[in-house]
Amino acid sequence: MISQSIYSYLIVSSALFAIGVFGLAARRNLVAILISLELILNSASLNFVAFGFQTFAVFIIALAAAEVCIGLSLILLLHRHIDSIRIDQARELKG
Amino acid sequence: MINLPDTVFVLIAGMMLIAAAGAVWLKNVFYNALCLIACLFGVACLFIYLNAEFLAVMQVIIYIGAIAVAILFVIMLSHPMARRHAERSGATLARSAVLAGALFALLAKAVLSAAWVRGSSGGDSTRAIGRALLGESVLPFEIVSVVLLAAIIGALVISRNR
Repeated sequence: MISQSIYSYLIVSSALFAIGVFGLAARRNLVAILISLELILNSASLNFVAFGFQTFAVFIIALAAAEVCIGLSLILLLHRHIDSIRIDQARELKG
Repeated sequence: MINLPDTVFVLIAGMMLIAAAGAVWLKNVFYNALCLIACLFGVACLFIYLNAEFLAVMQVIIYIGAIAVAILFVIMLSHPMARRHAERSGATLARSAVLAGALFALLAKAVLSAAWVRGSSGGDSTRAIGRALLGESVLPFEIVSVVLLAAIIGALVISRNR
């Protein structure tokens, strides 16, 4: 039974995590980076649920909501300031 | 012999991974967000397979209904689609692919080399979550609510139009 074995869930969540890391490293758009972060958080919560810790997944969803809330408002502020949401153009703090 | 739950599981997992790949690969950010919604829905379906009905419903309501829609709103507000797409650098893509592939190989090797035991979440998982939230993990529950309040106030202050 593939759907009952924990290994299939762990492999799927590893693949999800790797895809998220790829997006985190490859993209330069801040919204796309936030989307990749969501994928990584989802892989973690899938792992927690597969091991039976469902309460942790509730906390992960709540913290993801908080993180997206702050991140999106920062992106909007950045867009208002430099008229771009690309991460390589936000370099006012750089050296 | 075709086993129906397994077939559906493979279909859902495959759809979810394809949607996740689309969410990071496609150039248009709007398509990225739509693929993210499909991927989150696939994760919710997997939660149902794991006897976590409450979490599946929460995933659809909070993640798709609130988070993904908020991301779509920001994409509309900052209209990055109207801009010219910057050229992708092949070297960055190759480096990221190597990084992600190595990470996946490492994780898969670690997963397959140990004897994991699936958590027993039989019975009424919603009742168990409710008891846990008001019982042994009441302190993290309250802290998370304060964190959410702080995030809401912080977002309002940050994005206020001065």
